[in-house]
Amino acid sequence: MKILVIEDDREAADYLEKALGEAGHNAHVAGDGETGFMLASSGEYDVLVVDRMLPKRDGLSVIAGLRARGIETPVLILSALGEVDDRVTGLRAGGDDYLTKPYAFSELLARVEVLSRRSGAKDIETVYRVGDLELDRLSHTVKRAGKEIILQPREFRLLEYLMRHAGQVVTRTMLLENVWDYHFDPQTNVIDVHVSRLRSKIEKEFDTPVLHTIRGAGYMLKAA
Amino acid sequence: MRLAVPAIMKTTAARLSALFLILFALCATVLVFYMSSLSVRMLTSQTQETVAAEAQSLARAYQRGGLPSLVRFVGTRSRQPGANLYLIAEPSGRILAGNVESLEPGVLEIDGWTSRPFAYRRYGDASGETASAPSHRAVALVLRLPNQMILLVGRDLGEPEIVRDIVNRSLILAFGMMGVGALLIWLFVGRRALKRIDSVSEASQRIMGGDLTGRLPVTGAGDEFDRLSENLNVMLTRIAKLNDGLKQVSDNIAHDLKTPLTRLRNRAEAALASADDPATYRAALEAAISESDQLIRTFNAILMISRLEAGYSAEQTSSVDLAAIVAGVVELYEPVAEELGVVLEAAVEGEAQVSANRELVAQALSNIVDNAIKYSAGHGDAPRVVVSLTRRSPGGYLLEVADNGPGVPDDDRERVTERFVRLEQSRTQPGSGLGLSLAKAVMEFHRGRLELSGRNPGLSVQMIFPEDSLKDEQG
Repeated sequence: MKILVIEDDREAADYLEKALGEAGHNAHVAGDGETGFMLASSGEYDVLVVDRMLPKRDGLSVIAGLRARGIETPVLILSALGEVDDRVTGLRAGGDDYLTKPYAFSELLARVEVLSRRSGAKDIETVYRVGDLELDRLSHTVKRAGKEIILQPREFRLLEYLMRHAGQVVTRTMLLENVWDYHFDPQTNVIDVHVSRLRSKIEKEFDTPVLHTIRGAGYMLKAA
Repeated sequence: MRLAVPAIMKTTAARLSALFLILFALCATVLVFYMSSLSVRMLTSQTQETVAAEAQSLARAYQRGGLPSLVRFVGTRSRQPGANLYLIAEPSGRILAGNVESLEPGVLEIDGWTSRPFAYRRYGDASGETASAPSHRAVALVLRLPNQMILLVGRDLGEPEIVRDIVNRSLILAFGMMGVGALLIWLFVGRRALKRIDSVSEASQRIMGGDLTGRLPVTGAGDEFDRLSENLNVMLTRIAKLNDGLKQVSDNIAHDLKTPLTRLRNRAEAALASADDPATYRAALEAAISESDQLIRTFNAILMISRLEAGYSAEQTSSVDLAAIVAGVVELYEPVAEELGVVLEAAVEGEAQVSANRELVAQALSNIVDNAIKYSAGHGDAPRVVVSLTRRSPGGYLLEVADNGPGVPDDDRERVTERFVRLEQSRTQPGSGLGLSLAKAVMEFHRGRLELSGRNPGLSVQMIFPEDSLKDEQG
C-alpha cells in the first residue's frame, strides 16, 4: 500500500516511514504542507497521514485543497490538539479519521489499514460473512454454521464493525469510537469485557476461534 | 512647556472642584454686581427725587417770603435729624445758613446736579475729627437764586455707601464660602477618592508583588469604587484559584509523574544490565510501553482539566439527553460490573434535555461509575451501583451515582475531587487519581456542581446540572 506521511517532525516522520515499511507498506514522507499537497495531488496514494500543524501550509488546508481538486484519498489526521472540537473541525475539513498525539504505532497502523480498505462495497453489502459466521444487517440476525446466535443490540453493532473490517486489526479505541461513539479513554478495559462476552457467544459450542486478540494492538475477526 | 502639577491636582475630584469653584465664582460675581448696581441705582434715583422735592419746597418758601423766609425754612430743616443737606451761601461762597460747616471747594460753582459725590463736613460732627478732613460724602443740587445767592440741597451718601459696603462684604463672604466649599469638596471627594484609589493601588501593588491572597479594600458603601473592587476581587480569586491549581498540578506532576518516570527509567536500565535474553527484553519493553501509556493518559487528563477550567464556551455544547447518556454509560460498564460481581442499575425516567457536551458528560459519568464499581466490588454481600437521574426542584437535573461500597470518610470528601488525590486504601487500585477531578471540572464547565455525600454504607456522587444549562423549552 502506498502511504504518504505529511509530517514536519523529521524524527517522527522517519519512524513512521520505517515502521510502515516494516508493516509491508510503501511510505513516503513530505516535510511541509506545500510539498505534501503537490505529492498527494497525483492521487497515486492509498492513504494520507497528515499532521495538522505543518510549515508553509497547514494540514486542514492541504486536505481541503485536495478534496476541492476531487482527490478522495482517505486521510488520517494527526494532531497534538485533542479536544472534541478539534476532532470535529478536522473531520469536517475532509479528514476521514483523527488520531491524537502521542499515539501508539499499532493504533496508527490499524487505522491506516482500515482506511485503505474503506471501499464502498461493504456499505451496500447486506450480509457479512467470515468463515461460517454470517451477519445479516437487514434482519439483524447472526448465524454461525447455520445456527442462530442471539445478540444484544450493542453486541450486534460490535460484531458488525468487526466483520466489516474482517482480517484487519481493530483497536479498542476504534471500537469505542465507532461502536459507542465515545472519544475518551475509559479507565477500565470496558471494551475487553464486551468483546469477551461477544466472543463467548460466537465461539462457544464451536470448535474454531474467529475473534482473535492481537497482543498490544486489539482484535481481529478472521476465519481460521 | 508643561508645568509640574501636584498629585492631588491630578485627581478628577480636584479638577472638578476647581472647575466648579470657577463657575460658581463667575455666577456669584455677576449676580452680586447686578444686584449691587441695581440697588445703588435705585438708591441714587431715590436720593435725587428726595433732593429735587426738597429743593422745590425751598423754592416755594423763597417765592412766598423771599430770602428771610428761605433762611428760616432752611434753619428749621437743618435742625431736624436726617441725611438731608441744606446750605445757603453768598456768591462769594460764605455760608449764611444750613447744616453744612464746610465742603469741598468748587462745589458751589456748579449749577445743577453735582456730577460726582463730594466731601463735606457737617455741624455737630465730633470735634475730634479735624476740619481739614471732611468725613461725609454727598450728592447735591446747586441752585442760583435770583439775587445771586446760592442754594444747595443735597443728601448724604451714607446709605448707598453702606449698601455698597454690604454688597462688597457679601461678595467677599460669598467668595470665601465658595473657597471653603471647594476646599471641603476637594477634601471629602478628592481626598477620599484619592485615598481609596491609593489604597487600591497599594493593594494591587502588593498583589503584583506576589501576594495573591491580597484583596482590594471594600468599604461597604456600595458605590462605584466598591463595585470595582468587588469585581476585581472576584477576578483575583479566580486568578488565585487558577494559580493554585497550576501550582498544585506542577507539584503533583513533580511527585506523581516523577515516580512512574523513574520506574520506567529503572526498568529500562535493569533490563539493559541483566541477561541478554530476548524474552526479558521483550517483557521490559512491554512494561515500559504500558507505563508510558499510563503516563500519556495522566497527561491527557491534566490537559483536559486545564482546558475545562479555562472556561465555558457555548459552541462546545449542544442539546443532549442526559437519560441517553446514562443509558449509554451504564450499558458500557454493565459487563465489567457483572464480571466484578457488582449490580449496576439505571433508574431513569423519560428524557432530560440539557445543553451540554455529550462527550464530557459521558466521560465524567463513566469516571464516577468506574470508581463506584471498582470500590464497591468485593465489598459487602451485594455490591450495587445505582445511577439515577431526577428532575430537581426548582430546576435542573440531579444525576446521582450511589454505591454501597466502603464510601469516603467525611474528612476526605472535599479532598478526593482534588487532582491526584488518592486515598490510601485506593492506592492499590489502578487509576490516575484524576477521575473525580475531571468529573468536577466537567461539572464546573457546565456551570454545575459535583457533590459527594456519605450513604452509610457507601458513597453518593451527585452531578448537579443547573437550570440555566437546560435546553430552552421552545428551542
